[in-house]
Amino acid sequence: MSVQVAPPPSGPVPYPKELSLALLADMLRIRRLEEKCAALYGEGKIRGFLHLYIGEEAVATGCLRALAPEDNIVATYREHGHALLRGVPMGAIMAEMYGKREGCSHGRGGSMHLFDASRRFYGGNAIVGGGLPLAVGLGLAGKLKRESRLTACFFGEGAVAEGAFHESMNLAQLWRTPVVFFCENNFYAMGTALERSESQTDLGVKAAAYGMATLQADGMDVVAVHEAAKRACAYVRAQHAPIFVELRTYRFRAHSMFDPELYRDKREVEAWKTRGPLHTFSARLKAQGHLTEAEFLELDARAQREVDEAVAFAEAGTWEPVEDLAKDLYTP
Amino acid sequence: MTITYREALRLGLREALARDERVFLMGEDVGKYGGTYAVSKGLLEEFGPERVRDTPLSELGFVGAGVGAALGGLRPIVEVMTVNFSLLSLDQVVNNAALLRHMSGGQVSVPLVIRTCSGAGRQLAAQHSHSFEAWYAHVPGIKVVAAATIDDAHGMLGAALADPDPVVVFEYPALFEMKGEPGAGAVDIATAKVRRPGKKVTVVTYGACLPKALQAAEEIDAEVVDLRVLRPLDMAPVLESIRKTRRAVVVDETWRSGSLAAEIMARIMEQGFYDLDAPVARVCAEEVPIPYARHLEEAALPQPEKIVAAAKALFS
Repeated sequence: MSVQVAPPPSGPVPYPKELSLALLADMLRIRRLEEKCAALYGEGKIRGFLHLYIGEEAVATGCLRALAPEDNIVATYREHGHALLRGVPMGAIMAEMYGKREGCSHGRGGSMHLFDASRRFYGGNAIVGGGLPLAVGLGLAGKLKRESRLTACFFGEGAVAEGAFHESMNLAQLWRTPVVFFCENNFYAMGTALERSESQTDLGVKAAAYGMATLQADGMDVVAVHEAAKRACAYVRAQHAPIFVELRTYRFRAHSMFDPELYRDKREVEAWKTRGPLHTFSARLKAQGHLTEAEFLELDARAQREVDEAVAFAEAGTWEPVEDLAKDLYTP
Repeated sequence: MTITYREALRLGLREALARDERVFLMGEDVGKYGGTYAVSKGLLEEFGPERVRDTPLSELGFVGAGVGAALGGLRPIVEVMTVNFSLLSLDQVVNNAALLRHMSGGQVSVPLVIRTCSGAGRQLAAQHSHSFEAWYAHVPGIKVVAAATIDDAHGMLGAALADPDPVVVFEYPALFEMKGEPGAGAVDIATAKVRRPGKKVTVVTYGACLPKALQAAEEIDAEVVDLRVLRPLDMAPVLESIRKTRRAVVVDETWRSGSLAAEIMARIMEQGFYDLDAPVARVCAEEVPIPYARHLEEAALPQPEKIVAAAKALFS
């Protein structure tokens, strides 16, 4: 990939101040949560694989706010932000990463498998592309039961190389299941750049080949994401058909905590950071008088307090007794 | 009134669809074609295309959609044409259906039923003659059952649908023309059953090998135990029988190495060793791709004569 990137998102934010600050607060909550996760990983409190969303926050933030509470969500192993904005308490997310019983998957899943059935959050899927058929089925259930809910399915651009992606595109369009396929294109499938793995790098073309409607938006601009997500959801509800939404974004951190990042140029990362979703959005709000530095600091402090409380909650959590190892393998 | 195994399967499907609106059937050629083996013939006309749903050739996609539909509150019956093709969907079975409940801390159940055909014996050659029951039975979180009788062909589906967790139901084309009296319909999917009492040796089997074992049993006075449920295994009738016969032969159409027979033998060693008067024997498929030519196919599979020979060897 070239180190040349598009100019940062700019111009007035077309939202009331209240909504803008809510979007900013959401992005800050994800950012501060994950920065703390990285630190806790270094301390050995969090183990296993930890995939950070830092740099991509505008995507989950813009999308989640376009969904209704009754909608289903299927996400990937880079899903801390999606779970958080869905309403899973930060303490339950943190406790899950600690492996504690108070975690949102009772410590069974860890970072990659956050679940909250009460909020219709169906994971936390760590087989690339594995969530897409699931989303088709959830959509089919909603359709056959004549429910109004749609299913939002998040996946990275790496998933488009999987057969599961193509089978799901076909099934979803063939059966007109109410699913929004949110493709979070951060240009690298782990360490393999899009152009090194795909003969067709215009991802919308792949969905369009199945007759599916497509949208594309700047995933570094929470406004562009939110507008695209609202349009996509409205389309699915009105047309009773799925849609594919590509959100071009960039991961500022390594793929996981084990990744030495040999596959990309540091200058490329720096260039993308000029488009960072938090500082560009804050700057736009300040320029139009919707955000003061004091307000920003207050939002940031609030996010930091939430993180501190989440860590305290996780620290105070308990370990599931080993005797319960086989519990919940089958439904009692 | 006698019905065939095929008709028993169809009866089970029709009853399941009629009983519960959440139940729907999907798979390749289950609708317009009437089912590859004509099992679902007439069901599309009776229940309509929403509930008898033809799928494209996308085993991974539609089995995964079955998992999602189960999460979404339906009771999907997903038919995978044969166990050979089911390998294309194995990811969704092993990495989603089987573990979502445990991995989420018990928050979700996946009430999914997968039906698939297994086994050789119809000269369909290597890519249509596999038996992978052992692979499925290896996976915690799913239940695996094998229908070897008219009763089970009829009733196992209903029992599987009543189960809140994923159940894989194996059906056997080699048995489709078999005839018998239909039972009451309700069967359990928890227990192994003695299909023939006998005194000299215990023959443990399941699926398409059951009639072969019953045939062999006439010659060797064997007690034949039909496992029925391959996960979780019900060893009690097996061990009880061995206490009486003191000898056992396990008959299994999967390949010998890592077979289900190997697991049964291990459990007999663990739990019934002191009841034995001879080492446990087994008759499995030969470890080759199943050939097309009839004489070679027959040679590759467990046969009544092999079962008789294995049993007699325990007395020499």
